[in-house]
Amino acid sequence: MAEVDIDKLPTYIEIPAIQKDAMAGDGPFKASAEIQEQLGFPGEKIENWQQVAIEKMAETTSKYRSVQVFLDACVKCGACTDKCHYYLGTSDPKNMPVARQDLFRSVYRRHFTFAGKYFPKLVGAKELDDAMLDDWYNYFHQCSQCRRCAVFCPYGIDTAEISMAAREVMNVIGVGQKYSNQILGRINKIGNNLGMPEPALRDTLLDLEEEIEKETGIAVNLPLDNEHAEVLMVTPSADFFAEPHIDGLIGYAKVFHQSGVTWTMSSYASEAANFGMFIGSYEVMRQGALRIRKAALDLGVSRIIVGECGHAWRVAYSFWNTLSGIGGGASDEYALKLQRQLDSNYPQPQHIIEFTYDLIQKGILTFDKTKNDHRKVTFHDSCNVARGSNMGDIENGQFILPREVIKAACNHFADMPKATIKSSTFCCGGGGGLLTDDLIELRIKGAMPRMQALKQSQENDGVNTLAAICAICKSQFSKVLPNYDFDPYMIVSVHQLVSDALVLSDKSQTKAEDSL
Amino acid sequence: MSLTSIIFTLFCYLSLLIFVIGLSYKIIQYSRTPAPLKIPIAPAPLKRSGVFMRMVAEVFLFKSLFKASKWTWFFGWIFHWALVLLFIRHLGYFWPGDTPEVLLKTESFKYASFPLIIGLMGLLARRIFVDRIRYISSPSDYLMLILLITIGASGMLMTFALYYPNMGLVYSFAEGLVTLNWSELPSDLIFLVHIFFVFILIAIFPISKLLHAPGVFFSPTLNQVDNARKRRHISSWAMQKETDKEVSIEQNLEKDE
Repeated sequence: MAEVDIDKLPTYIEIPAIQKDAMAGDGPFKASAEIQEQLGFPGEKIENWQQVAIEKMAETTSKYRSVQVFLDACVKCGACTDKCHYYLGTSDPKNMPVARQDLFRSVYRRHFTFAGKYFPKLVGAKELDDAMLDDWYNYFHQCSQCRRCAVFCPYGIDTAEISMAAREVMNVIGVGQKYSNQILGRINKIGNNLGMPEPALRDTLLDLEEEIEKETGIAVNLPLDNEHAEVLMVTPSADFFAEPHIDGLIGYAKVFHQSGVTWTMSSYASEAANFGMFIGSYEVMRQGALRIRKAALDLGVSRIIVGECGHAWRVAYSFWNTLSGIGGGASDEYALKLQRQLDSNYPQPQHIIEFTYDLIQKGILTFDKTKNDHRKVTFHDSCNVARGSNMGDIENGQFILPREVIKAACNHFADMPKATIKSSTFCCGGGGGLLTDDLIELRIKGAMPRMQALKQSQENDGVNTLAAICAICKSQFSKVLPNYDFDPYMIVSVHQLVSDALVLSDKSQTKAEDSL
Repeated sequence: MSLTSIIFTLFCYLSLLIFVIGLSYKIIQYSRTPAPLKIPIAPAPLKRSGVFMRMVAEVFLFKSLFKASKWTWFFGWIFHWALVLLFIRHLGYFWPGDTPEVLLKTESFKYASFPLIIGLMGLLARRIFVDRIRYISSPSDYLMLILLITIGASGMLMTFALYYPNMGLVYSFAEGLVTLNWSELPSDLIFLVHIFFVFILIAIFPISKLLHAPGVFFSPTLNQVDNARKRRHISSWAMQKETDKEVSIEQNLEKDE
């Protein structure tokens, strides 16, 4: 358990008085020259960094309407000031969404607006000097890009867009974050965030198959690079690696087993996560998406399904079609080939929750819910799923479907307080490229609002299980739950709940039905 | 015409010129800047009609602000609606010839100045007394409220406190601005302050946070349809990149292995 001084959980969240510089510091570890150069960024802070940064800002505002409009439109009404979990947890005023944006906006005003050029003091315009850059690095790495502030902003100003833009500017001048950029290097080289090569992955999957057979007596496959499969399953690599993620992977395998739909994972694209989003780089994000497209083409699948990963689902659902033409409408040769190949009877890509939910609706899955009777479950809406995606193509489907899947597998379900779920959900505290030990103090403090809501559910409804569909949330909760006197094992994958209650049938004798 | 009248007439046109040119520039800039990715924020509408409803709720009811802070919503909302009513009430002054019946019926809109001032004072009080909002405020944020309060208060003094200017002159001056048939304006200080600050407000519109008015319509988080899976959304510059640099996935793979 990490040693960070935190207060006891409050009975309800009070908006803290501001404490200037409460989280001042140097920010997370910086990326080495080697890591930076792998991504095509300068290895270290370049000589004329100010000039290049300002030019990059001009480019960003001309390429992203979001950034341009958001920088202009803020009226400083203060609606967002008490909405960020990092502000609520740390009291540092620079963690108020508007103040975080203002680090970027003040420089924008100084260089790109009439008022800021001629009356800088009047409108709070500031120069991008060393102190400002330090603040950028520190505080734009105290934003998990969860977008909760944007839900409450009267103009929909999304701090995530600003923090992505700022991180990209910093990368371009050679000031990158070690954690995110190192991971991006690995995925580009090996195919997943863990840097797990094909043989290791194959071994892991074989071990899991054995484990399932030992436990259930039924042979359930976890296929890799199977060219005759219908479905390409793309899941966060954490699912191959650690508790509680791996139990979710077992859950997917069991669901596929019961469905009779053939599936495979890819050793080339063995990662759903796409940290390109966190660093605000369209190009890097696109490379990740193209990797998956290539895997889908090579394996000749007709469907693509994404595992339990929050930002991966946002990238897949909202961005894949744009980045790589997975979906409809792209015109390049590969996208066209993929479109011919993919089955248009299903949304592409699909979330594993949508897949499981459909099977439940069709009555194909049978559950023994009593297997989960020792659990009183609540669901943590992961921010990127909740605020940046949909499921089932129905309004608010991203809130409905996961809950329905949980209820199909469990008898006891209770939601956390209304102001902390669905579109108002509180971030786990570790998203957006902050899931690293050098930010542990921030992660623990930022988890406070979510932990407080969980505490309330524990007291009111006896909740003892926290289910999530995001690898980052799961890792973050495993780490910070003990700091708030919770059991670190109470965090589970939604598909672990499915896995535990699903009644398996032996399919090795009968041929799989292909009616789906 | 007196020098004052000439100067104020020029001020009026100058502020309008800045307003029109500046605002057109910003609107063209916003509409020409591509939104490369689908980023609608929850609860995101799945259809165009849903976007329309969302915009109506945001623009007319300040729905998100209501969710965020009831006090800010209350002060902000009554201030904006009062401003609309007072704007309508002022149209009669500028109407060339006989004022239409409907504008004559807006006499009672003058009472909107009370909620206007209450709203503005409330917003100012929040800015001064709430530590978080004080922290994020620049001098310009206070000045903007003071400017609006001055406009409202000077208008109220002329309407309710017997500091009436010569209404005949007001009408002929205002009408003259529209018909280019310029004439003398009342030289009461309070009237001059009132209209001078209005000109300032008009002039700073395109270079200040007043850009929130056009901005809200261009905000991608609010105005996008959540249908990324069904329809490809791609910006001009990203498309350019795609066509310029053919995707050579095969080569990529070779390099990797």
